[in-house]
Amino acid sequence: MPDLLIELFSEEIPARMQARAAEDLKKRVTDGLVEAGLTYAGAAALSTPRRLTLAVDGLLAESPTIREERKGPKVGAPDKAIEGFLRGAGLSREQLEERETPKGAVYFAMIEKPGRPAAAIIAEVLEDTIRNFPWPKSMRWGAGSLRWVRPLHSILCILSDEAGASVVDLDIDGIKSGNTTRGHRFMAPEEFAVTGFDDYAAKLKRAHVVLDARERAEAIWQEATNQAFANGLDVVEDNGLLAEVAGLVEWPVVLMGAIDEEFLELPPEVLQTSMKEHQKFFSVKNPKTGRIEKFITVANRETADNGATILAGNQKVLSARLADAKFFWENDLRTAKSEAGMSAWVENLGNVTFHNKLGTQAARIDRIAALAREIAPVVGADADLAEQAARVAKADLSSEMVYEFPELQGLMGRYYAEAAGLPQEVANACEAHYSPLGPGDDVPSEPVSVAVALADKLDTLTGFWAIDEKPTGSKDPFALRRAALGVIRLVLENDVRMPLDRFFDSQLLRAESAANGELPEENVNALLKEIAAHGVFGSAFEAVKDRIGGLPATAFLELERRVPDTSDDLLSFFHDRLKVFLRDQGIRHDVIDACIAMEGNDDLTLLVKRARALEDFLKTEDGENLLQGFKRANNILSQAEEKDGVEYSFGADRKFAEDATETALFDALEAGGAAISPAIEAEDFAAAMRGMAALRAPIDAFFEAVQVNADSEVVRRNRLNLLSQIRQVCGQVADLTKVEG
Amino acid sequence: MTETNGAPRSFQEIILRLQNYWAAKGCAVMQPYDMEVGAGTFHPATTLRSLGSKAWAAAYVQPSRRPTDGRYGENPNRLQHYYQYQVLIKPSPPNLQELYLGSLEAIGVDMAMHDIRFVEDDWESPTLGAWGLGWEVWCDGMEVSQFTYFQQVGGHDCHPVSGELTYGLERLAMYVLGVDHVMDMPFNDPDAMIPLTYGDVFKQTEEEYARWNFDVANTEVLLRHFEEAEAECAAILAEEHMDPKTGKRIIMAYPAYDQCIKASHIFNLLDARGVISVTERQAYIGRVRALAKQCADAFVLTEAGGYVPETAA
Repeated sequence: MPDLLIELFSEEIPARMQARAAEDLKKRVTDGLVEAGLTYAGAAALSTPRRLTLAVDGLLAESPTIREERKGPKVGAPDKAIEGFLRGAGLSREQLEERETPKGAVYFAMIEKPGRPAAAIIAEVLEDTIRNFPWPKSMRWGAGSLRWVRPLHSILCILSDEAGASVVDLDIDGIKSGNTTRGHRFMAPEEFAVTGFDDYAAKLKRAHVVLDARERAEAIWQEATNQAFANGLDVVEDNGLLAEVAGLVEWPVVLMGAIDEEFLELPPEVLQTSMKEHQKFFSVKNPKTGRIEKFITVANRETADNGATILAGNQKVLSARLADAKFFWENDLRTAKSEAGMSAWVENLGNVTFHNKLGTQAARIDRIAALAREIAPVVGADADLAEQAARVAKADLSSEMVYEFPELQGLMGRYYAEAAGLPQEVANACEAHYSPLGPGDDVPSEPVSVAVALADKLDTLTGFWAIDEKPTGSKDPFALRRAALGVIRLVLENDVRMPLDRFFDSQLLRAESAANGELPEENVNALLKEIAAHGVFGSAFEAVKDRIGGLPATAFLELERRVPDTSDDLLSFFHDRLKVFLRDQGIRHDVIDACIAMEGNDDLTLLVKRARALEDFLKTEDGENLLQGFKRANNILSQAEEKDGVEYSFGADRKFAEDATETALFDALEAGGAAISPAIEAEDFAAAMRGMAALRAPIDAFFEAVQVNADSEVVRRNRLNLLSQIRQVCGQVADLTKVEG
Repeated sequence: MTETNGAPRSFQEIILRLQNYWAAKGCAVMQPYDMEVGAGTFHPATTLRSLGSKAWAAAYVQPSRRPTDGRYGENPNRLQHYYQYQVLIKPSPPNLQELYLGSLEAIGVDMAMHDIRFVEDDWESPTLGAWGLGWEVWCDGMEVSQFTYFQQVGGHDCHPVSGELTYGLERLAMYVLGVDHVMDMPFNDPDAMIPLTYGDVFKQTEEEYARWNFDVANTEVLLRHFEEAEAECAAILAEEHMDPKTGKRIIMAYPAYDQCIKASHIFNLLDARGVISVTERQAYIGRVRALAKQCADAFVLTEAGGYVPETAA
């Protein structure tokens, strides 16, 4: 069985795209081959900056012949129908076979698709793959119309077996396939021919190309750690950088250089970021001091001076970069330590637009500070500290260092807040308030940080909700889903008990006030005060409206509808995010829905407590059976209520009970109610569920023995009212009607 | 024998070697455009000539101005006025990378001793409505050139595609000559009758322009000039294609494009004066882009833009 080797040789492919492209090549080609009937034993895809390589071994030499029987029209059907069938089958009428079937004589066609040689199939599949390759971004070049990630120069495509290798002929817009490739751009640029994968890989290695990105990455890491170890140092691990660097070289040569003494006092994160972002250097740390003292760069070639010229050049570039960084750091420190301190930066944020409908960053910081103050008592933080932290947390956005390295936001804030002598909690919040960013990020736990982190995210969400810029489909330009997930994790992981609704309302009002210049400020402030004191928007609004003499501004009156609607919409967005979050933790979506249907569903901690208890309960046999009993009761009751047009919730009377099981159910509901209520009160939902489980046997027995729709209307109504009691008692933890199964 | 043997000794020698190299490779060696521009790409020999179907090959030095980068001549690497070397070849030849590497050798970069890398960098000019894919070229970790295959200019798809090379001359020369501060770089030969450094030539102008750019330029006048350039560009393009005086079809794409260049530079000056807010910025860039797009629309209707006059039927 022959082996196939393909190499697509081009100008430098962006490092970040190589691995994916190699996999796409493998998938598209092998899928195409299999679809055409060519099975294979194994396939491997590899990449370097200049080539994508695919090796397929144990390929069929030709696709098998396929015989297909196709059923046609009845014998004697109109000519048109028969001709159509013949056209489709590619046969003439004499080639059809008549066969008796239960429905009469029918034409059958026997179609034979002869097998095709592998080369013909490969040529088609590869051309199709090249022409439709899923590059994230592709381009044209010269006068042609072919698209590739960068200009494609040559195609190596050979089939080889014991008899030798042969080129699979292919011509794509003038690029003819062949059996040759080239080595390293500088160290071995000559063209050479290959006979199969082993020959190809061996010759490439002699031509200073390591074909496998993983092998390059491993070699880089090993050599880097060896060189660092020899100096008693550690390389700072960075797998993203390692993968990228491995995609920038065909022949990695690791060089370690020293960072100038004058830059060693810079924060290690600054050194690391500057070296990584601008130069793609690894940082090398002294484990004794924790300082970054050296760097590692990876060159793409060997030189007669063992890299001395290259290293000197890199060192020079680094010094120029770090001189900039040092200049920023010293300027920033001077500002932070000055009398005005970080407030000068905050003031400057008055000139920076956050969003054209939501005003400046400075205005936004005012809103966040107000909210952080309100949230503080809920998370056990000091309100003054929370407000102070919120006010300086984004000050570093004005600093020179963050202007240069936006990814250092927050971290620089911490350094500068420390330099300015602010309380440690405040400094910590500068860094922590952006967290958590990703699902794997740590969640802040210091109360001041939690307050500011929550306020920051809630402000973003309410702000964009107020101006109707919500995420749609795959579009979420302001990362609002991430912000909501951040709030969810902050609340759950810190066990925070906060009614979100109230904070939504306050912050929506502040956002409305920022977005709508016609809103009278004093009315909004009065409303905010009212909500802070009583917590309910509707009554707060009425109270303030009454207090306003004369006719309130139209813009103000509109708030009555806008704020609650927007707030509800935002809460349901949170519930959707929560479902996604909990589904990943194995909680069923219907279980969550059942809990969302309960009162207090804006208290996420409470909501999740319910959901976990219900999820656990439903996994037990009692739970499953109780659910069935409940559903039965509920179905009968709902049908009767619909038919009779009344709600049976008057309370059943024991004296109309006719059957012992009925009396037993009365007893059980009474006893259960007494046990369940305190458990619900204490939010011990597991205990409440256990209480409900005790109802299972009496309910089952009741249904076993008793016909609810009795002849006597009195008895029937009483039994329906009894069912209503089951519904009421069992519905205290969650709305079980929403649970599936 | 040419003077390309051995290491170059001055800034100007590097420029001369590039000129000779690209002339030998068949480029029309053009002169700088006689207007203030932010980059060599703005020269109509690149912006307009990259449009349409006609083949083209040009190389030139372009003095470029970036008012916000002024540092009064004190920063070792930053200047508000600097030089770019620009090469544009359409259609891009298949050996453009090799041609480019040859140019580095011509200015004394020994490929056997240095580490040259092509690192992904997609180029985009929001003001020109242009983008392309390519790389920054690194020499020992330093970016020495920008290498781009133009895909779109002025909102038009490029067909054929031009290959564009842009060298930041000061930075490249400092590296080749081993100089740490741009002002210390020999401008002419150090053994010349009157040796001049880059600082001798430009230190004073950097100071003067930095002061004017940042603090003195009259923003009211500049704002008015911006509006005027914008209006003039539109007015030029609104003229009939048929010139009533000569009876010829004369579309004034170049004069209109001059107004676009003017507006773009004025915008840069206003930006340096700090009178453009973040939100306004986008609006200004959009206005310049609209001009560039209209000029591109006009240029592709001219003969240089590939228009073929209809022969009398």
